[in-house]
Amino acid sequence: MLNALTLLVSCQFVGEILARGIGLPIPGPVVGLLILLVGLMVRGRPGGALTSTATGLLSNLGLLFVPAGVGVVTQLDVLGRNWLPVAVSILVSTFLGLMVAGWVMQRFAGPDET
Amino acid sequence: MEKLFHLWVYLETTPLLGLAATLLVYRGSLEVARLARGHALANPVLISIAVLACLLLATGTPYSAYFQGAQYVHFLLGPATVALAVPMYANLARIRRSARAIVPAILAGSLVAAASTMVISRLLGAPRDIVLSLAPKSVTTPIAMGIAEQIGGNPSLAAIFVLITGLTASLLVGPALSVLRVTDWRARGLAAGTAGHGIATARMLLVSETAGAFGGLAIGLNGVITAIVVPLLAGFLAGK
Repeated sequence: MLNALTLLVSCQFVGEILARGIGLPIPGPVVGLLILLVGLMVRGRPGGALTSTATGLLSNLGLLFVPAGVGVVTQLDVLGRNWLPVAVSILVSTFLGLMVAGWVMQRFAGPDET
Repeated sequence: MEKLFHLWVYLETTPLLGLAATLLVYRGSLEVARLARGHALANPVLISIAVLACLLLATGTPYSAYFQGAQYVHFLLGPATVALAVPMYANLARIRRSARAIVPAILAGSLVAAASTMVISRLLGAPRDIVLSLAPKSVTTPIAMGIAEQIGGNPSLAAIFVLITGLTASLLVGPALSVLRVTDWRARGLAAGTAGHGIATARMLLVSETAGAFGGLAIGLNGVITAIVVPLLAGFLAGK
């Protein structure tokens, strides 16, 4: 677990340095994700420790965004003033996104072999 | 009474209170969600945020004091984002096999969702930081918060918008896909994962395992694609 956590934090660290150093418009942790993904593609499957640490973190992912979510208390007046554009844009754009992604996938995917 | 007051003063200054409250409330919310048999609105994250927000408001505790403790949980978001590479790697063979359909579908879904939310919210008069916090709303929360911070939005607002979007997508996925007669389970799952990340994917998993698998691979891939697309879009759609 220590090795796996070290690997994850190191990837994030390098990702953050790359993102900020070169001025990439992508969040550092996402660059870290890509570094780890490329590493796995080069070296082959993840070890048991990495798999179990990743599964442990991801199966409790919900907990990890609670602290930021509670930050909504600092934004209540902004939200109250803008609830209409927020609600309408989320409803419409979610509907459109679902339609477009589903339609394009069905249009281009061959017959299902699985 | 005075002892109790001293205890409170002590607790207010240590990070322990915020940390313990976050863990306990989340643990309790999981039980509530389980008792509600996974009803779409009984989302444990939503319940936890509501309960903790009410606690802060009721006790007059400033968010910064709470975050002093909660930051230790918050910090794990970065490593967890990196950890998304592991399930993505497991799905790689599947992604490669139908990349010609998956990549255009996610790219189109990501572009449409981000562009339409920015244009609509702006037209309806939302200020710039709201527009920018809405832009990454279809993506899994850790990536969405990273994108929001990157482009000048507010990560807390982004986290809330992501949650609302996931719940909205899990309610709309049926009607939206039947309008265009999308019946392929791979396409239905992919659409749920692209527009509604983990929350909508969890709903699809209840009806079809294939849909769940394609939703899962869409979450990671859409996160990466949107992280590249949204900062570029934000440049000319967010206004000043």
